[in-house]
Amino acid sequence: MISGIPITHFLIVSTLMFFTGIYGFLTRRNLITMLMSIELILNSVNINFVVFNRYLYPDQLQGHFFALFIIAIAAAEASVAIALIINIYRRFTSIDSDTVNEMKY
Amino acid sequence: MGANVFMFYLFSATMLLFAVLAVTSRRILRAAVFLLFALVATSGLYFLLQYQFLAGVQLALYAGGIVVMIIFSILLTHHISHKFELPPLLKVFSGFSAASLGALITLMAILKYPFKPVTTSPAGPDMRVIGIQLMGTGKNGYALPFEVISILLLAAMIGAIVIAKKKN
Repeated sequence: MISGIPITHFLIVSTLMFFTGIYGFLTRRNLITMLMSIELILNSVNINFVVFNRYLYPDQLQGHFFALFIIAIAAAEASVAIALIINIYRRFTSIDSDTVNEMKY
Repeated sequence: MGANVFMFYLFSATMLLFAVLAVTSRRILRAAVFLLFALVATSGLYFLLQYQFLAGVQLALYAGGIVVMIIFSILLTHHISHKFELPPLLKVFSGFSAASLGALITLMAILKYPFKPVTTSPAGPDMRVIGIQLMGTGKNGYALPFEVISILLLAAMIGAIVIAKKKN
């Protein structure tokens, strides 16, 4: 823990970041910016895991490893999503989620 | 007010500011760069919490890998001068009210719950301990998720190549 900073301040910061991501996900209509909002959400969840680990169970490493695996899964998810987005762009020449309304092959 | 406390508030303010800018900016390349700044500030928080390894992973994978990949895909799919039109007011209003309601409920829950943090603060984990636990199979061992995630990354890599390659 950091002396002088209560755990709630960390949690407030990560909550605000999470709902910033939610807001972006709801208002954006471009697939890449929606992906960026998802990255913000995953990142704020990571902060929560790490802070709970550090403040409540500092002799364990569960939260630390959870955060590590979340980062790896975020990388895998982003790579597949970007491949899909590039394929959608080739087919529709646009990556707005409104124009992509048929997924039939 | 110690230097640690000051750095915490500096990193948090940077992170929140750039997160808001990343979801509201009308130029997509700028939004990606704002996202990069928010992620770098997050790794600063990890350094403050003395998780140096995690902070390094955050910098290398998130800031170095994912954001660069996002920027490449932006350059492949957009004109550099492309500017979004503003989202409709109703959508902004409903998105904002949904987000702020959720934030309100979560903040109320956080502020009400009596957390009991440990008062002693041992040093951050040794790199040796992290390595042993990541490869361990006994108690506190993470060998199975480590192997599963390596298979997942391989599958994601092959899948991305198959999806994105041109049909001939």
